[in-house]
Amino acid sequence: MKKKFTIALSGNPNAGKTTVFNAITGARQEIANYPGVTVEKKVGKVTHKGFKIEVVDLPGTYSLTAYSLEEIVARDFLINERPDLVVDIVDASNLDRNLYLAVQFRELGIPLVIALNMVDVAESRGIIVDHKQLSELLDVPVIPMVARSNTGIRELLDKVVEVAGGGDEEWRPAAISYGMDIDRSLDEIEEIIRKSTIFDPKYPSGWRALKCLEGDKQIVDLLKRYPAAGEQIDTICRRIFKHIMDTLEDEPEGIIADHRYGFIAGITKKAVKRKIESRINVSDKIDKVLTNRAIGPLIMLAILYAIYEFTFWASEVPVRWFEAFFKGLGWVISSVLPEGYLQSLIVSGIIDGVGGVLGFVPLIMFMFFAIAFMEDSGYMARVAYMLDRVLRWFGLHGNSVMALIISGGISGGCAVPGVMAARTLRDPKERIATILVVPFMNCGAKLPIYAVLIAAFFSAHKARMLFILTILSWAFALFAAKIIRSTVLKGPKTPFVMELPPYRMPTLRGLLIHTWERTWQYIKKAGTIILGISIILWLMMTFPEISPEQVKSFEANRKVITKAFLASPDVKGMLKHEKALTDLNELIESYDKALKEKDMTSIRELEKKPLFPLVRAADFLEKGDFAKHKIPVSHLNAAARYINYKSDMIETDMSEQQARLKGTVAGWIGQKLETVTKPLGFDYRTNIALVGGFAAKDQHT
Amino acid sequence: MSDNQKGIIRKVSGTGDMGRRIREMGLVKETPIQIQGRAPLKDPVAVKIRDYVLTLRNNEANSILVEVDVPEQD
Repeated sequence: MKKKFTIALSGNPNAGKTTVFNAITGARQEIANYPGVTVEKKVGKVTHKGFKIEVVDLPGTYSLTAYSLEEIVARDFLINERPDLVVDIVDASNLDRNLYLAVQFRELGIPLVIALNMVDVAESRGIIVDHKQLSELLDVPVIPMVARSNTGIRELLDKVVEVAGGGDEEWRPAAISYGMDIDRSLDEIEEIIRKSTIFDPKYPSGWRALKCLEGDKQIVDLLKRYPAAGEQIDTICRRIFKHIMDTLEDEPEGIIADHRYGFIAGITKKAVKRKIESRINVSDKIDKVLTNRAIGPLIMLAILYAIYEFTFWASEVPVRWFEAFFKGLGWVISSVLPEGYLQSLIVSGIIDGVGGVLGFVPLIMFMFFAIAFMEDSGYMARVAYMLDRVLRWFGLHGNSVMALIISGGISGGCAVPGVMAARTLRDPKERIATILVVPFMNCGAKLPIYAVLIAAFFSAHKARMLFILTILSWAFALFAAKIIRSTVLKGPKTPFVMELPPYRMPTLRGLLIHTWERTWQYIKKAGTIILGISIILWLMMTFPEISPEQVKSFEANRKVITKAFLASPDVKGMLKHEKALTDLNELIESYDKALKEKDMTSIRELEKKPLFPLVRAADFLEKGDFAKHKIPVSHLNAAARYINYKSDMIETDMSEQQARLKGTVAGWIGQKLETVTKPLGFDYRTNIALVGGFAAKDQHT
Repeated sequence: MSDNQKGIIRKVSGTGDMGRRIREMGLVKETPIQIQGRAPLKDPVAVKIRDYVLTLRNNEANSILVEVDVPEQD
């Protein structure tokens, strides 16, 4: 008896695999990548009846051919890692197609348990599956369940423990007939393999023979390494290929698929009872509207726009909290650390940089939530379906839409999970083209810059402007794709044979997990690469420093201004020395603060101060506030002088800052770029901001 | 075929990756099929097959020969 074992979860996309995985493992999951590829590998752990079970979530696939990266990954895992058991999640409402994968597991012979999921949905559509009969015909245990409501999970685990805990590790391939001609050739090839050096106890020989006949790339490539046996097998394959083509006008592969489905039809005929479909299929009804040729695209735009409004509306308050938090953090550190490079690096470099990106976490979270909703409900597949014709024109694939939307096609995504989503594209050229144009989208790292530009120029229509910017991003991305695909990445288009899954109400748990996974990827980027870039940018914006002479000259300038102010006849009587000036500055500051906070006691207190009449006069001049109090002319004159003095001081501060920035590396780059960007009206400071944004962006992918 | 028209697949002539993909999704000989609708630009097409909805591009659908309006048999 084994006390510890590994099981692999497999199944068609949309069969509820993720739901089952989450139901089994709960929060104890780890996400990694399969070695060498960007396919996610989720591993969870569970203890059941004293058995420690490691659960590996294989990518969702329809088949075990070498058609897509996912399928290869799933297959390699099964063969190389040899899990103790495979749990195949099968959608009872779509049994035929789901069993196609199960049949292939039977061909492979790996220990198998079928989780017959969504029996409730099937029943509501008049499909009754006799799971005992199914189990008998397939010769594997079948556990009926409804993963969404946690029904059957316990029974499934019981069965898993019973089968895998039994310690029987033998693989027992099922004998399926593919017609006389093919069966006979299979036996021949199997015999050759068994006797030759190709033989590998890891691979069932019969399965390998089958793959040879199917022309499976991975297995055929392997044969080429063994010339002697390889050639023999190749001859048989050629012979049978010609024979089948002559007699049946089809490739062996097609005949094999036909027979698999024939085998399945034989099973479902006995194990499935159909009532006459009484209920109208709701999903079809919804599709009549949502993918309607005329209003479908309009509804799609409306939904995307609604997602914007929702995200901005919902995230407004939490974004403000985050910003306040980072501001506060900066303030605390400024007061704890002494002024100097370290303080400047942490506050202006790290906190402003990383905080600027992390501040948008709530916004990105809501965006990912909306995207997860689109995916889990089944709408995303419809978007791909409706846009495939358009994307194809630009050399992309309907499924590219997912990657584009996640990385910012709906503003505020992140290119990291976007690139991950591009992995579902089978063709390397389409995949690379998609990955290359993904950075054009409005990802979360670009948002801070857009937010600044929009607030500056179009503060009245924030959501609308962002929508327009997003449309522009799409246009850029698509045309870039067109150029890439018609030059460096020329190549044929891949098939768009895709399931439109029935509409489903997503579970909150599933949505939260999806949202969190992607948000976490965003946060990780902020914590690593953006941190590094912030530090580099800080260095670029700090060094080289201006000379001490320049600093001194600004200091001298300030002194001259202060002296001239205190010496002017209007002021002389009221502010006798510099101390009085400092008092006045402080008084104004505290008065403004008290006014803002509507702190009446402080206001009354401050109004009693001897210098207060000056404050009131300055207030009157600045705001044109006709106060009830009479203000003497002498006060007004002094206040006017004071306002002038203040603006002179601010101007000096600003020119000092500018001189500092201009001298640095970043300032130098910004000025160089000015010649290019001048027609756009960007000066070197805007350029610095943009360059910084692009640096963050580029690293982001 | 027009919208909502039904038929039975008589032959699948696609080869290579595309042929494999079409077949593994359940488009094999003697399978009943129904046109569900078309995308806004009339391509791809959505079909109902084996209790689910599948989309494929028009040129991919060209490799599937369907006999339309076969009288239902039990």
